Amino acid sequence: MDNREVLICSGTGCLSSGAEEIEARFREELKNKNLVDDISVKKVVKKTGCVGPCSLGPIAIVKPEKTFYGKLDIEDVPVIVKEHLQEGKIVQELLIEEDGKKVEEYTDLNFIKGQKQIALKNIGEIDPSSIEDYLAQDGYQALEKVLTEMMGEQVIQEIKDSGLRGRGGAGYPTGLKWEFTANAESDEKYVICNADEGDPGAFMDRSIIEGDPHKVIESMTITGYAVGAERGYVYVRAEYPLAIENLGSALETARQEGYLGENILESDFSFDIEIRVGAGAFVCGEETALIKSIEGERGMPNPKPPYPAAKGLWGQPTVINNVETLSCVPEIINLGSSWFAGIGTESSKGSKVFAVAGDVRGTGLIEVPMGITIREVIFDVAGGIPDNKEFKAVQIGGPSGGTIPAQYLDLEIDYESLDEAGAIMGSGGLVVMDEDNCMVDVARFFLDFTQDESCGKCPPCRIGTKRMLEILERITSGEGEAGDIELLEELGEKIIETSLCGLGQTAPNPVLSTIRFFRDEYEAHINDKTCPAGRCTSLAEPYVIDPELCIGCTQCVDVCPVDAISGEKKEVHVIAEDICISCGACEEVCPVDAIYQRSNKEEGDKNNG
Amino acid sequence: MGAKKFPELDPIIEKYRGKKGILIPVLHEVQNRVGYLPDDIQKHISRELKVPLSKITGVISFYSFFTTEPQGDHTLGICLGTACYVKGAEDLVDEVKDQLDISEGETSADGTFTLTVTRCVGTCSLAPVLMVDNKYYGNLTPADISGILEKYQDSSQEGN
Ligand SMILES: Cc1cc2nc3c(=O)[nH]c(=O)nc-3n(C[C@H](O)[C@H](O)[C@H](O)COP(=O)(O)O)c2cc1C
Ligand code: FES
Repeated sequence: MDNREVLICSGTGCLSSGAEEIEARFREELKNKNLVDDISVKKVVKKTGCVGPCSLGPIAIVKPEKTFYGKLDIEDVPVIVKEHLQEGKIVQELLIEEDGKKVEEYTDLNFIKGQKQIALKNIGEIDPSSIEDYLAQDGYQALEKVLTEMMGEQVIQEIKDSGLRGRGGAGYPTGLKWEFTANAESDEKYVICNADEGDPGAFMDRSIIEGDPHKVIESMTITGYAVGAERGYVYVRAEYPLAIENLGSALETARQEGYLGENILESDFSFDIEIRVGAGAFVCGEETALIKSIEGERGMPNPKPPYPAAKGLWGQPTVINNVETLSCVPEIINLGSSWFAGIGTESSKGSKVFAVAGDVRGTGLIEVPMGITIREVIFDVAGGIPDNKEFKAVQIGGPSGGTIPAQYLDLEIDYESLDEAGAIMGSGGLVVMDEDNCMVDVARFFLDFTQDESCGKCPPCRIGTKRMLEILERITSGEGEAGDIELLEELGEKIIETSLCGLGQTAPNPVLSTIRFFRDEYEAHINDKTCPAGRCTSLAEPYVIDPELCIGCTQCVDVCPVDAISGEKKEVHVIAEDICISCGACEEVCPVDAIYQRSNKEEGDKNNG
Repeated sequence: MGAKKFPELDPIIEKYRGKKGILIPVLHEVQNRVGYLPDDIQKHISRELKVPLSKITGVISFYSFFTTEPQGDHTLGICLGTACYVKGAEDLVDEVKDQLDISEGETSADGTFTLTVTRCVGTCSLAPVLMVDNKYYGNLTPADISGILEKYQDSSQEGN
């Protein structure tokens, strides 16, 4: 077992499915077996950042074979130690099965195979607390190259040539942004890394900082060198305690090792970075609001121009980039702009990280080349929709984005194509929805979010989103009126035109895109007072029990959240229709399919007959 | 008749005194230490750091992370981000409300739990997610709630 290593995924996802217990068990087992005499257990068992396929956690990868053991139980650990680590045999029974075959190497998993990792490259490979691990992956090589071989302008040119565009929202060309900042007159400039990650459904920035914090430090330092800044800030949301901790200790190590601070790598360039923790305000992800927040103020956005590149933090020229954008920088410097520009589509270069979640088998983080189709992402990489349900739509871009229906599954993803389809690339949150989701309710959900997060500075956003939300609430509770759809469209257009910042300018998107693709669903709510997906409970019809089929098992009685079902064991049960909220829990547990909704049954009968 | 003193906050105040843009970090650290940010503490910070009280109050009310009310021993944060919403997180909220007889933002009668709903906590792949303090619980159904609450009820009684 001399050179075997066990990597335990310790991303937040796996931690909550029990990674710590698995790790402890590995250490204990190795100790008990006296396998630690000549090698330290710490070296054999290594904690890494998020490997990606969170739904397969907890995860251990054994190297050098790169064997992937997923969904681990504590009891599997001694088996792996004995058979694999000691005897050198891969434990076949513990391998994950895909398409009827056992997958040995982790790079052969469907979830990993279709990826092109640039920003995520090291994550899951290295221990985030070890700078040696980072160095072993060519870490800080780009910084060294920049400091010894390149002028600031050359760095900027390289980034411009690569075609890298912002991964945090608007997709602005990164090199141009740097150039503006570099050209702005001032001897005090700043670099800000935006790690506020506000899209509720995106978590790649968290994973990058947790799993590869030195990458962020290296990239920011390169940015500082390119634009002539000596200070940087990382603005991390307070909801990410582990990211804050890992980045904090990486900053300290980088300073000790000479990669940060005064005279970096003995050059005459000095740069240092401070962490600022957000405090739970979505609008603070917007760059001008974020800057206000770092200054210690209420995070209210300002009209642009002036852009931060001219007048940012403390009124000085400031580059502000997203975590994922920055994470592409060292790779571009190391491998060259033409390598990066060779990946992707005409307008969108490189790869993009998506956080796949919702009603889909393989949830987690994936990094795929721009230009891949939505179908490939959801069905090939992420394994499709579970429980024999139909794909209905995918929400891309969060509260600023849109909901894309099945007819767009073959759309090749890039900034422009998503825009045309009524969504946006945004940060890359990708929430998959099956047939049980109501699109009007999804629109209401996002409006509820933006209305709550509107900072209140400009009336179109503050009042307009409130009006839209009120209308959506009426529709979902069965009080929609003729003309509501048109009113939503009109309000939406106005808010987009007149809002002060990106929050308001994009807030109507989730509504407009669902109207565009699912107008019939809105009409059903308004005209027929029904929710076709059965999600809007005040519109849904109650369930009934077929007395001829009911076997009196009481399972439905037990699960009903509102105690609407009565009946003793072995007697026929009855649902009180006035109490039933149509949640469907009873239908799911009924072992004999005796529970149904009248309209569904009629439809089913029609189809069958 | 001097103003109320908070010696336990001295190290925090000293660390930041005289620096720019430190109000939010100070409030974070003080809230970590005291649990919440009541009036007399806000006044203390205002005096010590020479920041107008109105600005402190304004910042606290703007950011949802800051609270002026005492919190329970444990904070239950149910994620209502998109992924969690799609996976039925609202049912978890209802279940907790039922079991503890509190609404969002309230603290249970015995002082053990405060219920909050949060935005995406970044573990969407485990949706729906509940955070108890800094610990994540994922892939939950309402039936899992009582088991989780019990764990913390016991430990509170032991005085942990
Ligand atoms: C309401 C709103 C929220 C935003 N939230 C984020 C965020 O959480 N993270 C982020 O990187 N950018 C966010 N942005 C975009 C930023 O304003 C800015 O464009 C971005 O940080 C620039 O970095 P990039 O060019 O590397 O993408 C948000 C924008 C708006 C309007
Ligand atoms: S939406 Fe709940 S963790 Fe992301």
